[in-house]
Amino acid sequence: MSIHLPQTLNEALHMLQVVPHAQILAGGTDFMVEVNFNKHGVHDVIALRHVDELKKWSHDTVAGVVTIGAAVPYADMEHGELAQLFPALAEAARTVGSPQIRAAGTLGGNLGTCSPAGDALPVLFALNAVINVASTHATRSIPVADFMRGPKRNDLAQDELIVSVTIKTVAGWQGYAKVGTRNAMVISVASASLVLDHVNNSSRIALGSVGPTIIRCIQAEQWLQGVYDFTSHQALDDSIATEFGQRVSQESRPIDDHRSTALYRRHAVGVLAKRLLQRGSAQ
Amino acid sequence: MNLSAVRTRRDTLGTSALRPDGGPKVQGSFAFSSDVWADNMLWGATLRSPHPYARIVSIDISEAIKIAGVETVVIAEDVPGQLTYGLIDSDQPVFASEVVRYMGEPVAAVAADHPETCRRALAAIRVEYEVYEPHINPEDSISGAVPAIHPNGNLLRYQRIVCGDQNATGPIVVEGEYEIGMQDQAFLGLEAALAIPDRDGAGLEMIVATQWLHEDRKQIALCLGLPEDKIRLTLGGVGGAFGAREDISLQVHASLLALRTGRPIKMQYSREESFFGHVHRHPAKIWVRHHASADGMIIKIEARMVFDGGAYASTSAAVLINGVTHIQGPYRCANAIVDGFAARTNNPPCGAMRGFGVVQACFAHESQMDKLALACGLSPVEIRLRNAIRTGDRLITGQPVESVAPVERCIRETDAIPLPPDMTPSPHELSLPGGSGRTADRRHIVRGVGWGVSIKNLMYSETFDDFATARCRLQDGVVTLKFATSEVGQGFVTLAPQIARSVLGVDTVIVEPMDTTIGSAGSTSASRQTWMSGGAVDGACRLVRERLFEHVAKEHNIDPLRLEIDDTDIIDTFGTLRIAVANASAGMVFEETFEHHHRPTEDLDENGQGNCHVAFAFVAHRAVVDVDTELGLVKVVQIATAQDVGRALNPLSVLGQIEGGIAQGLGLAVMEEVLMVNGIVKNPSFTDYLLPTALDAPEVVAVLIEEPDPQAPLGAKGVGEPPCISVTPAIAAAIRAATGRAITRVPVRPSDICL
Repeated sequence: MSIHLPQTLNEALHMLQVVPHAQILAGGTDFMVEVNFNKHGVHDVIALRHVDELKKWSHDTVAGVVTIGAAVPYADMEHGELAQLFPALAEAARTVGSPQIRAAGTLGGNLGTCSPAGDALPVLFALNAVINVASTHATRSIPVADFMRGPKRNDLAQDELIVSVTIKTVAGWQGYAKVGTRNAMVISVASASLVLDHVNNSSRIALGSVGPTIIRCIQAEQWLQGVYDFTSHQALDDSIATEFGQRVSQESRPIDDHRSTALYRRHAVGVLAKRLLQRGSAQ
Repeated sequence: MNLSAVRTRRDTLGTSALRPDGGPKVQGSFAFSSDVWADNMLWGATLRSPHPYARIVSIDISEAIKIAGVETVVIAEDVPGQLTYGLIDSDQPVFASEVVRYMGEPVAAVAADHPETCRRALAAIRVEYEVYEPHINPEDSISGAVPAIHPNGNLLRYQRIVCGDQNATGPIVVEGEYEIGMQDQAFLGLEAALAIPDRDGAGLEMIVATQWLHEDRKQIALCLGLPEDKIRLTLGGVGGAFGAREDISLQVHASLLALRTGRPIKMQYSREESFFGHVHRHPAKIWVRHHASADGMIIKIEARMVFDGGAYASTSAAVLINGVTHIQGPYRCANAIVDGFAARTNNPPCGAMRGFGVVQACFAHESQMDKLALACGLSPVEIRLRNAIRTGDRLITGQPVESVAPVERCIRETDAIPLPPDMTPSPHELSLPGGSGRTADRRHIVRGVGWGVSIKNLMYSETFDDFATARCRLQDGVVTLKFATSEVGQGFVTLAPQIARSVLGVDTVIVEPMDTTIGSAGSTSASRQTWMSGGAVDGACRLVRERLFEHVAKEHNIDPLRLEIDDTDIIDTFGTLRIAVANASAGMVFEETFEHHHRPTEDLDENGQGNCHVAFAFVAHRAVVDVDTELGLVKVVQIATAQDVGRALNPLSVLGQIEGGIAQGLGLAVMEEVLMVNGIVKNPSFTDYLLPTALDAPEVVAVLIEEPDPQAPLGAKGVGEPPCISVTPAIAAAIRAATGRAITRVPVRPSDICL
C-alpha cells in the first residue's frame, strides 16, 4: 500500500481517478479507529492534509450562503464567526469527542462515514444543507437528505470526493441537543436539531441515532406550523411543546443495540424535541 | 521501565513526597512495558475463539506457517509443561485444545517479524469449530440444569455462613434483590511483555507489567516445564492494574514463543484484545433480607449471593468469600444465614478487581440500610450510626474485629462536610447532567443525596501467608532498597524511600529494579502493599539501624540502646554525642533482608465460621447528584468521604487513591459495564465501554481519619480499595432520593430512571 499526499484539489481528484480502491484520509477520527479494528484491508490511502482548498470556508453575505470546506475541523465551528452563523452546528461540534478529536475531525468525515450517529448530520438536515462533490470530470450538488442513503451509505461514487457543504443562513433560532450516557466524549444515543425559520414561519427538525438515516420529522413540522406562529414572540404553550415532542417521537425509527434501547431512544428524542422548541420559542 | 529513583529531598513518612515517576509519566517519557524493545526481536500475537462455547474439530496451521516472516505457530500440543494455569485452581488452558469456553479464549499464538505479519498469520490459521449453545445463566450452573462445561464442574465454590439464632426475627423486615454488572479494570497501560530466551535455550528473562512477579514466574515455569530459577522476571513500567494483572495473560504465550524461536518476543495487546485478555469484576445477583427492631437495630441478615465466575476459576473462590463475609457491612449483627455461590458459565472469566467481592456485597447491604431507615423512620445517617461496628465486635463469621474500627467517626465526619451550594439559577451548561450534549436546562434537574459505608478486609485471607520481602543496604550514607513489589501506580516507589529516610536518617535512597532476584513481595492487591511490603522495608531498615547503632556504640563505648535517629543524625539520648548518619556509615556497608508476615488466619468451616481475615478498613461516602429525571441523565456533583487510613504516610498519595477510587466507583454506578449477549461481548472498546471523563468526575472532599492501627507495621491501613466500594451505593442512593425509583441495579442506566 502507499500513501498519496495531493497538494491541490485537482491533484486529489486525479489520484482518486487513477488509484483503485483508494481510501480517503482527512482527520482520521473514524478511519484510524477502523484500521485499528482491522476493518480495512491493505488499500492505498489518499491523505488530504495538504489540500488547503478543503480547509476553508466562505460567506457570501449577499446571497446569504455559507460554504464550508469538507476538511474544516469541528474546532473551527465551535466558536467564532461560523458559530454565530450556525449556532446549532457549533453546539453539535462541541459534542464531538474531545478537543483533540475536534481539532482533527471534519464535516466531510461525518458525511463520508454517514453514520446515523454522526453528530453534525442532524444539523445539516435541519439546515437543508447541500453537499458539493467532485470528480475529475464533473461536479454535483446534492441535498443532504438525498446524499445520505442509509446507515453508513451515501451517494458518493468511488471517484468522487466531498468538497464542501453549502448552507443558507436562516433568520430565526436554531439549536442542537444530544443524549449520551456520559457527560462528554460519547457517541450519540439520540440527538436532535431544530431550526425555527422566522422568515418563512416554519420549522425543521432532524433526528440522529434513531433510524437508519437522519430523520426529518415533516409531519411534526407541519403540525407545528398549524398551531404556532414563530414570529409572534408569544410564550409557547407547554402543551404544544409536549405534543410536538410526542409527534417527533412517533416519527423516529430507533432500534435496540448495545448503546441503548429503542424504547429509550424514542422517549429521549421526544424530550429533546420538546425542550428544543421550548428553548427556541423562549428567545 | 527503569523505576530506580534517587531522591535527595527530606521526604520522610507523613510528608506528601512526590512520585519519582510522576514527571516522566506526565511528560510522556516514562517507559511502559509496551515500550521495551530488543535487538533481533519478533512479535507475538494470539488467536482467540470467536465463540463463547464450541468444540474444536481441527486446527490447521499449515497456511499460516508458510507466510514469509512467520517464524512459528504454537497450539496446545506445543505446551511442554502443565497444560493449564490459574491462581487458585489450575483449570485454564494455556491454549484451548478440545473445547473453547468463552469468547476470546486463546487457541494459538504466532511469532513473526512484524505485527502485520502476525495479523495475517492469525487470519490464515484455520480452526474448525462445532459451535454449542453457551451456558450463560449462573443459576443453571448452580442447579445442575446444564451439563458441566468443564471437568471440574460448574460450581466454582459454595460457602454458607450460619451464625446465631436462625429463628430470630424482628418487627421490621426489609428485603431486596440487587444486581451488579460486569465492570472492567480498564487500566490505561495495556498488557505487554518482552521475553528474552537464554542462549542455551534452557531458560528466559521476561520484562512484564504484572501485579505479582513471583506468582507469574511460578505459573510460567509450570507451563514451560522448567525449574523456577531458569526464569527471571523484571517489572516493566505498569500503567495501572486494579486486579486485572493478577492472572496470567500473555506471559506463558510469549515465553513459549521465545523458547521456540530462540529470539526475543514482544507481545502487547490492543485495547480490544485487553478486554478479552484479562478477567473482569464478577457480575452478581444478591438477595438480602434484614430483620430489625423497631428502633432500627439489626437482628438478623439472610442473604443469597450468586457470583458469575465465567468460564474459568481465577480467584472466584476468594472473591466469593469476601462477598459472603462482608454482606453484613460495617454493622453489628448477631444472627445470619448466608448462602454464596460462584458459578462457572460461558461468560468471560471473572476474578480480581479493586474491592474484590466486597463491592457487590456493599451495593446490596447499603441499599438495604436505606430501606431499613425508611421502614424505621430514621435518617440514612442515624440508621448507620446505630448499627456501626466497633473494635471488639464479632462478625457473622465469629471473627472479632481487632482492627481499629472508627465507623461512627467516619460517618460523623463525612456528615460534617458541608454540602455543595445549591445550583445557581443559570448554571454553566457543562455542569448540568447531559454535559456537552446540552440536553437539560436548570428546571429539569432534581438534586439527591445518598449514603454508603463499607468495611473491607486487608491482605489475603483463609490461611494464605502472603508475606513480603525487602532488603536494605546502607553504604556511605546512601540507602539502597530492593524488593519485588509491583509498582502499578499505587506509589510504593514513593513510600519505600520515605520509610528508609524516617528509619535511618538518610537523604538519598535508591530503589533498585523490581525483579525475582529477591524473595516474593506478594501481589499488589488486597490493599496490602503499604502494610506488607511497607512492613518488610521498615523491618529491613530497622535491622540495618540496629547494626549501625551497634557500630556507633562500639566506637563510642556506649550502650546502643541509648542511640536514636534525630533527623539525619544519630544522637545519644543520655549524652551529648551527635553524629551524622552519613559520617557514621562512611566506609561501611550494612545490609539486611526482612520478611514481613501478617498474623495467621483460618479457613472458614462449613458454617462459615473462622477468623479468616487479617484486618479491616472502613470508609463512609456521601454523594450529591443532579438528575435529569425526564432523560435519566446524571451528574455527580460532590462526593464527601471520611476514610479510616490508620496513618497517612503520604497524604497526597492517599488523596490520589481516594479520588481515583471514587472515579472508578462512579463508573460502576452510572456507566461502566461490559455488555454481553449470549456470551458475546458487545463493547470491547473505549468507544462503548464508557469511563468517567473529567466532566463526569465530581468534586471530592476527603477527610482522613488517622487512628494508627497497632497491628499495622507503620500504623497505616491499606487505602486502595475502600474509596471505590461504598461510593457506588452512595451514588445509587442519591439517584433514588432524586427520583423515587427503586434503583436495584448498577450501573444505573438512563432508562432505569426515566422509563
